[in-house]
Amino acid sequence: MSVHDKTVAELSAGLAAGEYSSEELTRAFLQRIQGPGNELNAFVTLTEERALEAARAADRRRAASQAGPLTGVPMAHKDIFCTRDVRTSCGSRMLDNFISPYDAHVVEQLNAAGMVSLGKTNMDEFAMGSSNETSYYGPVKNPWDTQAVPGGSSGGSAAAVAARLVPASTGTDTGGSIRQPAALCGITGLKPTYGRVSRYGMIAFASSLDQAGPMARTAEDCALLLEAMAGFDQRDSTCVDQPVPRYSDALNQDLAGVKIGLPKEYFGEGLDAEVARVVDAAIEEYRKLGAEFREISLQNTALAVPAYYVIAPAECSSNLSRFDGVRFGYRCENPQDLEDLYKRSRGEGFGAEVKRRILVGTYALSAGYFDAYYLKAQKVRRLIRDDFLAAFNEVDLILGPTSPTVAFNLGERADDPVSMYLSDVYTIAVNLAGLPGISHPAGFAHGRPVGVQLIGTHFDEARLLNAAHRYQQVTDWHTRAPEAFA
Amino acid sequence: MEWEVVIGLEIHAQLATRSKIFSGASTAYGAEPNTQACAVDLGLPGVLPVLNAEAVNMAIKFGLATGCTVAPRSVFARKNYFYPDLPKGYQISQYELPIVHGGEVLVELEDGSSKRVGLTRAHLEEDAGKSLHEGFEGVTGIDLNRAGTPLLEIVSEPDMRSAKEAVAYMRQIHSLVRYLGICDGNMQEGSFRCDANVSVRPKGQEEFGTRAELKNLNSFRFIERAINFEVERQIDVIESGGQVVQETRLYDADRNETRSMRTKEEANDYRYFPDPDLLPVEIVEADIERARAELPELPDAKRQRFMEQYALSDSDAGQLTASREVADYYEAVVEASAGEGKLAANWVIVELGGALNRSDLDIADSPVSAAQLGGMLKRIADNTISGKIAKDVFEAMWQGEGDADAIIEAKGLKQVTDTGAIEAMVDEAIAANPKQVEQYKAGKEKLLGFFVGQVMKASKGKANPAQVNELLKKRLSD
Repeated sequence: MSVHDKTVAELSAGLAAGEYSSEELTRAFLQRIQGPGNELNAFVTLTEERALEAARAADRRRAASQAGPLTGVPMAHKDIFCTRDVRTSCGSRMLDNFISPYDAHVVEQLNAAGMVSLGKTNMDEFAMGSSNETSYYGPVKNPWDTQAVPGGSSGGSAAAVAARLVPASTGTDTGGSIRQPAALCGITGLKPTYGRVSRYGMIAFASSLDQAGPMARTAEDCALLLEAMAGFDQRDSTCVDQPVPRYSDALNQDLAGVKIGLPKEYFGEGLDAEVARVVDAAIEEYRKLGAEFREISLQNTALAVPAYYVIAPAECSSNLSRFDGVRFGYRCENPQDLEDLYKRSRGEGFGAEVKRRILVGTYALSAGYFDAYYLKAQKVRRLIRDDFLAAFNEVDLILGPTSPTVAFNLGERADDPVSMYLSDVYTIAVNLAGLPGISHPAGFAHGRPVGVQLIGTHFDEARLLNAAHRYQQVTDWHTRAPEAFA
Repeated sequence: MEWEVVIGLEIHAQLATRSKIFSGASTAYGAEPNTQACAVDLGLPGVLPVLNAEAVNMAIKFGLATGCTVAPRSVFARKNYFYPDLPKGYQISQYELPIVHGGEVLVELEDGSSKRVGLTRAHLEEDAGKSLHEGFEGVTGIDLNRAGTPLLEIVSEPDMRSAKEAVAYMRQIHSLVRYLGICDGNMQEGSFRCDANVSVRPKGQEEFGTRAELKNLNSFRFIERAINFEVERQIDVIESGGQVVQETRLYDADRNETRSMRTKEEANDYRYFPDPDLLPVEIVEADIERARAELPELPDAKRQRFMEQYALSDSDAGQLTASREVADYYEAVVEASAGEGKLAANWVIVELGGALNRSDLDIADSPVSAAQLGGMLKRIADNTISGKIAKDVFEAMWQGEGDADAIIEAKGLKQVTDTGAIEAMVDEAIAANPKQVEQYKAGKEKLLGFFVGQVMKASKGKANPAQVNELLKKRLSD
């Protein structure tokens, strides 16, 4: 088995056993990115020299017996995380020239753990999109079928992991941006509880929804990464000061008697029948593992997408105001005056989807509309959260499809924002409620991967990882590789 | 028609925290441009604000000192607008739920009466940076050192009825925030500034007139002049058949006029909404108690104490407690003089106050220290010098010639208290002015002053005036 087929846990063991050095691993993965991976457009920046330096430092650390479980393991960062002295573009022309002077908390944490970052992965512009088609650097292709989208917004991260270009990557999830591409690319991705991972240095899309998380092939790898990523950071006021459990220690707990709810709203109209059949098979596997299922209702599910598409644009319209051509980022040529500077810098620096959301959000916050849109959406948000909390009085976990369909074709929904928005129907409510969710591979439909989503109660990431891991112990969907990248 | 003026003020007091309200950068004034702006102040991608707890503590103190309700839960909101010196494209402020609300202050007016002015609210917010238009050719300079400096915006009710009342209110707040140690009150540096909402209405009318908001009022003198100008302008508009429009007007101190900046139609829609990067500010009883324990003695209490402890009149005590700096100086003088409370009051108010006024100095910059002044008062009290000679000693101290004792010694100003020497001068004065002696004896007793003057002149002011009086009376009635 070549190294690129190995998981983080396996590479960690191999490094510990001295089977290869971090430098060797790093070179091997860099070769894959530049070779077979090139056609996927998964990376916007490769940091080859820095990676080799970091790998050699990791090898020295290991020689000094100071290595941790992640030391020397290659990975990649979604290009939404600020990385010191490295371009941080957020998939936008606006930041095409932005070299961050500082590291995000997540980057610091994984650096400290000794992970070796190979570069920055492609993404939808400012994380706004579900297909990776809004990136200034062009779309990412799905390694299972290069006609298909990888999902978004963490599409570059998902495609890179699925194609074995890196064993793991960071992602961010505002409305499904980790889970949906994980599902569409056949990998495992975890969105932690809001407040579990610091947002410091993660370029904001919608501050009350954004959360960073790991993307890898297995739940076990996600557990290892989350242990390093999570933790209190006083630079983020919304980060919660709560101890980080050893997720990897709890992976093998028995699922006997675990109660899993099946929200009837997640299995209704809009769900592809083939996808539904894959989800049913996964339910059967969980049942064999001892889980007990019952139907539940999350009655306000239909309101999640509309509420989200008020709140997220409202916050983004304000968050993106700092990109004004004055201090950093794109500035138009020869501005005539201040207004011209603003209008053209922003008009030329942002892409269409970002502009659409800024306009929607600006409208929703405007005098005379604020109550009808923003306040109403916040009330809906509360109802959605209440639905979940009520459900968690009866069940330990909630299960359903991650996405109503498999990966769609590039260009297929690009001109139809509403159908694009609806591809996040099962993931968005989880962000509105601040809950953790995981998507893991569960099979194939129409020849493309299908993901199953597990949702837990606040700060119950350990149980999500435990359930997904047990499932992965008895199934092999997570080990399947796209033919062209095996 | 008789018009009534209605004024409400929005005062911006820069809080005297060491670091900024949402970042760790220093708030010190006067650094090189953009050297005190960190990643958070620059609004770099990915940065987040963290609230400075001391700013909250200072706002609570202000609330307690003005009888405001301290909100158990207040919320930071974003005020969205584009401007080059506003790095994030929004200002973090408080909108619907301010940290304190509903208090009042009693303002003393020139005629000695006092007036209640209601406080609607005071809220925390960050300051913007500065746009520098001078010294650049064809471009504007941006200095973000001030960006993120904590401000307390103190909003009054429209309770003031003249420019003078507005100034008196502003002085009162200015004194209070310095008493509380929450603002240095430096108006030149912009640490304390205000906007005024001004309208007029026919006397007796309930309903308010349309108001104009005057911006950029950064001295007590300008406030009074700007309001008076604006009142005249509004009355002129109405009396010539026009209507006052709701607008923001900028005061131009050089021309002493207000100019329209933008009308209501042109006003920004700030699209306020709760800042999702910050949690609501939760204030519990223990926070309030801690702030209360840190409160200094406030002006009214100090005034009462001065009246009792130093036997001062209400008016003297009021003048001495008008600012914390003056009160502290006064008490230091009393201590250095070994308890001459009344004498110290006279000297601080009349002599020192006059000298400072003439030189346009604050008491903090007085060339005569409290210890020096107190030392001199001691010499008045023990009859080493007379009150009159003391004025010369004070002048010498003001010129930097040293302490009172050294000056008295060097200039030979020690008072003559030797009865024999004074008697000789008295006799001389009587002998030299027989006509006046005759008049005095005929009943024109006012002439005693003339003789005192003669003796004092002969002694070069050094004779003890009480002794001179006594001896003259005795001799003249012989």
